[in-house]
Amino acid sequence: MTYRRHGIPLIVLTLTAVLSVWTAEARAQDPRLDAARKEGKVVWYTSLALTSSEKVAKLFETAYPGVKVEVHRTGSQRILQRMMQELQANIRNVDVVHTSDAGHYVLLKEKKLLMRYTPAGVEVFGAGFKDKDGYHYGLRATVNVIAYNTKVVSPAEAPRTWKDLLDPKWRGRLVTAHPGYSGVIATHVLALVHLHGWDYFKALAQNKPMLVQSAVDPSGVVASGERPVAANGGDYTFYQVKKKGNPVEIVYPKEGVPLVVSPSAITSFAPHPNAARLFTDFIFSREIQQVLADTEGLYSGHPQVTYPADKPRLSDLKVLPVEAEELEKRNEEIKTRFVEFFGA
Amino acid sequence: MPEPVAAARPRRWEGWDRAAPIWLLAAAALVGLILLPLGWLAYMSVRSDAGFTLAHYGRVLGDPPLQKALWNTVVLAFWSGLLALVIGAPLAWLTARTDLPWRRSIQHLVMASFVTPPFLGAFAWVMLAGPNAGYLNRLYRDWTGAADPLVNIFSMPGLIFVVAIYTFPYVYIMIANTLGLIASDLEDAASILGAGRFQVARTITLPMVLPAILSGFILAVLQALALFGSPAILALPAGFHTVTTQLWAFFQYPPRVEMAAAFSIPLLLATALLLLAQKRLLGRRGYAAVGGKGGQRRVIRLGRWRYLALGACLLVLGAAVFLPYGILLKAAFSRAWAQPLTAENFTLENWSFTFLYSTTQSAIVNTIELGVLTACIGAALATLLAYVTNRRLVAGHQVLGVLAVAPVVIPGVVLAVALFVAYTRPPFLLYGTLWILFLAYLTKEMPVGYSQSEATLRGIHPELEEAGRILGAGRFRVLREITAPLARSGIIATWCFVFIGVIRELSASIILFTPNTKVMSVVIFDLKEEGQFGAIAVLGVFMLAMTFVTVVVMQTVLGRDVMGGRQAGGAG
Repeated sequence: MTYRRHGIPLIVLTLTAVLSVWTAEARAQDPRLDAARKEGKVVWYTSLALTSSEKVAKLFETAYPGVKVEVHRTGSQRILQRMMQELQANIRNVDVVHTSDAGHYVLLKEKKLLMRYTPAGVEVFGAGFKDKDGYHYGLRATVNVIAYNTKVVSPAEAPRTWKDLLDPKWRGRLVTAHPGYSGVIATHVLALVHLHGWDYFKALAQNKPMLVQSAVDPSGVVASGERPVAANGGDYTFYQVKKKGNPVEIVYPKEGVPLVVSPSAITSFAPHPNAARLFTDFIFSREIQQVLADTEGLYSGHPQVTYPADKPRLSDLKVLPVEAEELEKRNEEIKTRFVEFFGA
Repeated sequence: MPEPVAAARPRRWEGWDRAAPIWLLAAAALVGLILLPLGWLAYMSVRSDAGFTLAHYGRVLGDPPLQKALWNTVVLAFWSGLLALVIGAPLAWLTARTDLPWRRSIQHLVMASFVTPPFLGAFAWVMLAGPNAGYLNRLYRDWTGAADPLVNIFSMPGLIFVVAIYTFPYVYIMIANTLGLIASDLEDAASILGAGRFQVARTITLPMVLPAILSGFILAVLQALALFGSPAILALPAGFHTVTTQLWAFFQYPPRVEMAAAFSIPLLLATALLLLAQKRLLGRRGYAAVGGKGGQRRVIRLGRWRYLALGACLLVLGAAVFLPYGILLKAAFSRAWAQPLTAENFTLENWSFTFLYSTTQSAIVNTIELGVLTACIGAALATLLAYVTNRRLVAGHQVLGVLAVAPVVIPGVVLAVALFVAYTRPPFLLYGTLWILFLAYLTKEMPVGYSQSEATLRGIHPELEEAGRILGAGRFRVLREITAPLARSGIIATWCFVFIGVIRELSASIILFTPNTKVMSVVIFDLKEEGQFGAIAVLGVFMLAMTFVTVVVMQTVLGRDVMGGRQAGGAG
């Protein structure tokens, strides 16, 4: 494939070309654009890594001049906290909410805080990406993996399974992100609790991993060498630092990799509903899904999206899915027990 | 001297001071500012749906992890206070009384450490002394070939160290100011009687500055108790909480505000008791030698210790200023902060990314808006209050004086919890606006502003005002036309102090912000959670630049060092 040989710039160039053709078309067709322009902006609370979120926002602003995207990037759990705190004080600020904790959407739907909206073209998406009631759809997917710094750890001694991380030789050499901050990690914890029970995390805590917050952060910690092995984190974040030339290698553990499908939805109280719908259609379009796959290393629910050659197909991996309902119900337990074992 | 108006019996409204409503308003603003949120905090901590309850206290005090957080805070505050003392006291003595080389530069650097936001310092020390990737640890390994790191900053000792190198200036200021007021007569007497240089220091000087030393220690402990940023950056990755980080964690969904309120009260009581102790210590300052400006202060010659002492000073300032600033600058221009700054690793992308990020832009605007607004209103309110208490314009002015400095005991996080409770419900719905942050900053900066204004007004004799009054001017006109111009440089200094305090504020902002009201410190904290080192370094450097510009303005206006301590060797 050409983009493997010529690298990222060519992809971006091609995409820009594709986008400009596509947007010219969209602009001509979409009667909602005027309404969206009147609203002026769309407010997006997102847990997608900051650089990725900003990229998507810029692409939208280029495609629909006159409609700004206000990106507020923080961890999934913080997004829910923000939203609820704001609502309690009667502040209706957010239009589109995107976190990596599917349980949030169970809760939000129950509290009637979501608008029923089906993004254009989303019917072709895989079943795991669709809410049966039509309130939220999976914008992206990632899997939790192990990763290590190749300058510090040789491939031979690198951990191959989740259980390998319990070996005392990794004491003081691991980093883990936090389920009290990250939805990717909350999902990860629940999936591994299914697999190995809470005793797994109790034992992992004995290895004194460094605690960071975001599922994006372990990749930076491993790249810098501060801790040579990441005990979790979204594979796309490791993929990105690896592409930047950092000495990082990804391991897809044999027991299976926790699959995190991160939903997106429009809020029932959206102050900019038209811009929100326009933006939602945009981010679920094949083009943007392809951008997320190519430059960010994310998985998509769109069947026609192609992936970089050096990324395993989702279908080739043994994935460990988690039920959103269970994630919602056990949210408190996940956070409390994690803090109990890891201290903070 | 008889009062000129006392001749005739005044008619009913004649004695009425037309400016009185302004004094009363200022007083009422202060009372509302402090008592309303604290009242709500106390109420929340004992409220339940069934009525009065002490269950929240039972829960927070009986829960082992929370007990541990309390204990961690005690350990942190005590040891960092002590370390700050061990650093600050000798440094103050060296710059105030000896012939140490580069005394002025060292004073300036202590000032730099004083105005450095502690969370930036902590962040820089992560890059310097992270056990594996930290710069100093890598140097150490390269030199010695050792496998283990020299220091691990993600630990209680690491946290104590980082807190201490940014709180020692409080000790320094207390002691340097006192040393500047002690005449050398007693020391001379001891010398004549045959005591050696260091015996004089130990038997004469030390006992005289002891109250200042103790109260400096208490101030440092107060600072350490209230810090949020440093423990969040250094303690959480190591797996332990302090009271402030735990208070913040209570706000995670589902929020447990009652628990936060109940957990705030012990911290509030501890700080209040400490401040009380400090006041008593200073109140006992009975030595005749302290307080006067007369007398000689002789420079103590260090002799062969001179350069050793200088080396020690530079070591401390290297840890507090040179190394952290250096690594921040490096990270701001690097693709990968842990790699050497080669041509390949050099980049300006961090800068463009940071400033093009829409949140950063609005945060910078918010920060400057809030800084200017709080500094203007804060300086005005502080000056008015200081005027009211200094000239005894209303009954109960002593109470006002105490209230104005009372927020010193309210840690930022606790204040934020209180404001959150008070202003997320009718009649005052301020959460989500910049006003709630403004109130937090105004309250938090009031003690500094008030003390500064009080000192300014004490220096302006009432005679001139009385002359104006005799000639028929009202109080307010006198204030505007006579007092204010005389106090101008003092007021500008107050403005700058408040401004610097506001732009670095994190501990209250982190609870009170909403996405539209983010400030720079909150953005830095957010970026920290995502591990965006380059962007944090850029914002950090930017914030430091803003701070130093303000300091320079302030020093120019005042025509002297802000640190106050008199120079040894000068007029003496």
